[in-house]
Amino acid sequence: MSLLLILLIVLPLAASVLIMLGAAPRVMALGAAILNLLISVALFARYDLTAGGWQFLSEWKILPKLGINMTLGADGLTLTMLLLATLVTLSAIWIAPKIDKREGVYYVCLLFISAGVIGAFASLDVLFLYSFHELALIPTFIMIGVWGSGDRQAAAWKATIYLGLGSFILLIGLLALYLSIPAVSRTMDLRQLDQMAAAGTFHPSSLIYLILLVGFGSLVSLFPFHSWAPPAYACAPAPTAMMHAGVLKKFGLYGLIRIALPLFPDAMHQFNGLLLLLVIGNILYIGYVTVAQKRLDWTIGYSSVMHMGYIFLGLASLNIIGVNGAMILMFAHGLSVAAAFALCGEIRRRTGTLDYSELGGLAKVTPVLGLLFGFAAMASVGLPGFANFAGEILVFFGATAYGPTMILPVIVGVWGVVISAIYMLRAYRNTFWGPMMTRWDSLTDITPTALGSVILLLVPLMIVGFYPQLLVKMVTTAIPR
Amino acid sequence: MNLSTIAWITLFVPLVAAALILFVTRASKPLAAGLAILSALMTTIGGWILFAKSADGVYHGFNWVDFGQALSIPFDLALDPLSRTMLVVVTTIAPIVFIYSIGYMKEEVGYWRFFAGLALFLFSMLGIVLANNLVMMFIFWELVGVSSYILIGHYFHKASAADAAKQAFLVNRIGDFGFMLGILLFWIATGGPEGGTFTFAAINHPAPIFVQNPALLAVAVILIFCGTVGKSAQFPLHVWLPNSMEGPTPVSSLLHAATMVAAGVYLLARIFPILSSSPEASEIVAWTGAITALGAGILATQQDDIKGILAYSTISQLGYMVTGAGLAVSAALPMFHLFTHAFFKCLLFLTAGSVILGMHHEQNIWKMGGLKGKMPITFLTYCCGMLALSGCPFFSGHYSKDLIMACSWEHHRAIFWVVVIAAGLTPFYMMRQAMVVFFGKPRSEHSEHAHESPLVMTIPLILLAIPAVVAGYPFFEHLFFHEIGSLAEPEVPSFVPNIFLGVFLAGLALAFVLYRNVEKDPIRIPFLENRFYIDDLYFCIVRVIQGGFARICSFTDRWFIDGILVRGSATLVWTIGFALRFLQLGNIQAYALFFGIGVVGLIYLLLHVR
Repeated sequence: MSLLLILLIVLPLAASVLIMLGAAPRVMALGAAILNLLISVALFARYDLTAGGWQFLSEWKILPKLGINMTLGADGLTLTMLLLATLVTLSAIWIAPKIDKREGVYYVCLLFISAGVIGAFASLDVLFLYSFHELALIPTFIMIGVWGSGDRQAAAWKATIYLGLGSFILLIGLLALYLSIPAVSRTMDLRQLDQMAAAGTFHPSSLIYLILLVGFGSLVSLFPFHSWAPPAYACAPAPTAMMHAGVLKKFGLYGLIRIALPLFPDAMHQFNGLLLLLVIGNILYIGYVTVAQKRLDWTIGYSSVMHMGYIFLGLASLNIIGVNGAMILMFAHGLSVAAAFALCGEIRRRTGTLDYSELGGLAKVTPVLGLLFGFAAMASVGLPGFANFAGEILVFFGATAYGPTMILPVIVGVWGVVISAIYMLRAYRNTFWGPMMTRWDSLTDITPTALGSVILLLVPLMIVGFYPQLLVKMVTTAIPR
Repeated sequence: MNLSTIAWITLFVPLVAAALILFVTRASKPLAAGLAILSALMTTIGGWILFAKSADGVYHGFNWVDFGQALSIPFDLALDPLSRTMLVVVTTIAPIVFIYSIGYMKEEVGYWRFFAGLALFLFSMLGIVLANNLVMMFIFWELVGVSSYILIGHYFHKASAADAAKQAFLVNRIGDFGFMLGILLFWIATGGPEGGTFTFAAINHPAPIFVQNPALLAVAVILIFCGTVGKSAQFPLHVWLPNSMEGPTPVSSLLHAATMVAAGVYLLARIFPILSSSPEASEIVAWTGAITALGAGILATQQDDIKGILAYSTISQLGYMVTGAGLAVSAALPMFHLFTHAFFKCLLFLTAGSVILGMHHEQNIWKMGGLKGKMPITFLTYCCGMLALSGCPFFSGHYSKDLIMACSWEHHRAIFWVVVIAAGLTPFYMMRQAMVVFFGKPRSEHSEHAHESPLVMTIPLILLAIPAVVAGYPFFEHLFFHEIGSLAEPEVPSFVPNIFLGVFLAGLALAFVLYRNVEKDPIRIPFLENRFYIDDLYFCIVRVIQGGFARICSFTDRWFIDGILVRGSATLVWTIGFALRFLQLGNIQAYALFFGIGVVGLIYLLLHVR
């Protein structure tokens, strides 16, 4: 029994307790985040690729009668997501500005989000997977409502209702799934569910798949369940937006990969047309909505909705290449959008506005900030050299391999690369290039703290971008044959 | 050191230099320039060694992505006659331009950005040259795009430069949209996950499916050709190249004349076996090139910016190369013109840079005049470039361009007449430029006090003037092209070469008569000055159609999807929840808490009440 995974969950919670007891919030939070990153890197490196499968297992009996246990374990995909979670957590905590009101609660919220997503990714039991996600979601709303900017109450409220509803639908789907298992072998353990599906003894109704798709889909801002995302990200404090858009949102995709992909292969084929229609909505329609945005934070918010379309496209291709591409994109998008929101927050703190009509030419006074944003923007438009490109191209290859029904989605997807270049370059042009208003003359460049926390996100993106096989061989372990 | 090591070092040295400049030596001007130039010179040595050894081979690096049989994207370097010749072109011209830049950029801000960008460009360009499959080429293709973006946007605080950089990137992306689809189509047609491929070796021996299904082949080739249309600025995606002149002149010279824009032609030479086996695709390629050659040639006659004239001339010459590929005679045909053009066009831009510097950054030719006495080295080297471009006998351009025209006589008579007219325009607009800039009387204060550029700039001019004259001679033609393909003179009637000489002399003479000692342009054609209004048309399309569509999407998203569907259902939930209103404490934390409790309670209920 390996205790490293439970340690990943306990450390942030323990740090929260210490903060509540009066320890220095930032120091504790940073300490927990650094230790967690080190542990997840160690786990990533120690995963035995030749053996594959679930490793680092640990188990606690909770409701043995119902077949519900808290089981933690990791395969290559889990470890990739844990690496993403711990990287973004450290970056988000590191870049958090000085907090005037209730500093302790602020960091406790961030640590709870982190513990929640880590728990969700490391859980092998579906109910724990779900509950840990809820644990992460609630502090997110609180952070938007309390420390947000702009119309924060409305945004938090909208996200709460929306994601609450999505979670509720998801819960119904999961319970329906549970109840559709023959009573003698009821379990929520992913390994046993997979085995049953593989052995052909378990055929859940495709209706459950649709419920799960809507539930998970609204958590990931699948079109048309997306409209909570941009205002929530625009109002959220930068670290919250980083955690949610970067990591927490990936939970919906993670759930689909873990549950829908192995258990509903036929239903996924059957309803692929519907999913592809939504994917086209995500890429083409949301893409052009993004082009019309007039503020940097809204552009990035909508762009993160749009990029989910590629990931869904990869999943919909239902083959090893496309699903692999989707998984790599989950990692890549998580890091790049976190970097973008981090820098967005840095700009907002300096200028007080993110309106394109007021910005422009900032690279003159904040060259390093401009350079970093350029990296984040290029990652987001899928420039080779960043992991995003590797993910996208694998998605395209995977989708092409699916067959003739994918012709239109592939064309739309590849055109989406042009659309994302349109809005990202416009954002960069309008923020950092061109003539600058004199009122920004005295802006200061990025601080070493912020520089470090953004570089922490960009370096892994470039390593994977240069050598994607590093991740490919990891996440392949999670793909059902 | 074996050849593999040399090839890998040659490729990566400029990247190392770019990284060092960015992370370490940002503060130091001499170190930034020094590192970039050192890396460029190392590539020169590497490139020439690889050329001299003349050994074919594929050097395996690592598998960038590997799914075994289903899909494998190796990062390999390919050395073959085509890549070796291109390697020589790139690595020979690059250090000359780098050194010239020391002089040109002396007074400029952002010195390190400039040299880091140049080094990054060199790395990416070498990657295109050495790539062994279409995906790897696409990767470096995008990387040259971004280095071009950085370099065009060097004066980023100027709105025009910022817009030009953005436009260049976006227009190229539109071309790459087709390129990517072409790669995917080629892969799936050759088997997809069951042994699909995109290596150049596979392109040299096209799969049987393409023989059975010529339409599929034609579509795949034309999609890949879209990449060329973007990168090599062919009609209708040519608009970005004249605007890219916002970048510093050495950038225009190296990227937007000699090497990067020629990458599209190199791509056509790479896929030549499948291009030439599809008559439909070849026809489209040839006509695209011919229309571009003529249209850009016409526009060049009415530009007033010294770099603008050269930019349109570059588009026109790239049109010749594309036509040469489309004639489906030999991969060597477009490459030969690429080879000679690289030297003389690079030279012409560097002389223009010398003039611009001497004129204190004045670029309008009608403010110049009489510079030949004040800038003798610039003038003489300019003449070499200008005569080579115009196709004057005994200068390099004459050999390569006439060969393309002669081949078009033999293979495609209609295209022949189009490119011959374009060939008559070339000496006309170049003579116009020469007469206005170097002859006559000074037309402004600056031109009266113009001065010759320093040695660090004039020596590169002299170095480039030599190949601008001799690069087309049979010795070099044989040395660089006999392995790529045949460059045999086609059998043409004896009057055909006389036509070439005739249009050359006619263009030259007409411009001499019209532009001798004039104060302002005697010909004013607004339709041409305004670039056929194509730029305005595109501006309208982007503004009205794309912008309008985006606004409609945004509107429906805000008022329909969010407004009615989401808020509507939220209101519904709200109404249902009205009964539970007493629980509503009006603050978000409390709600979130109830929400959590509710979830836990629900789980409990559903599990225990069965």
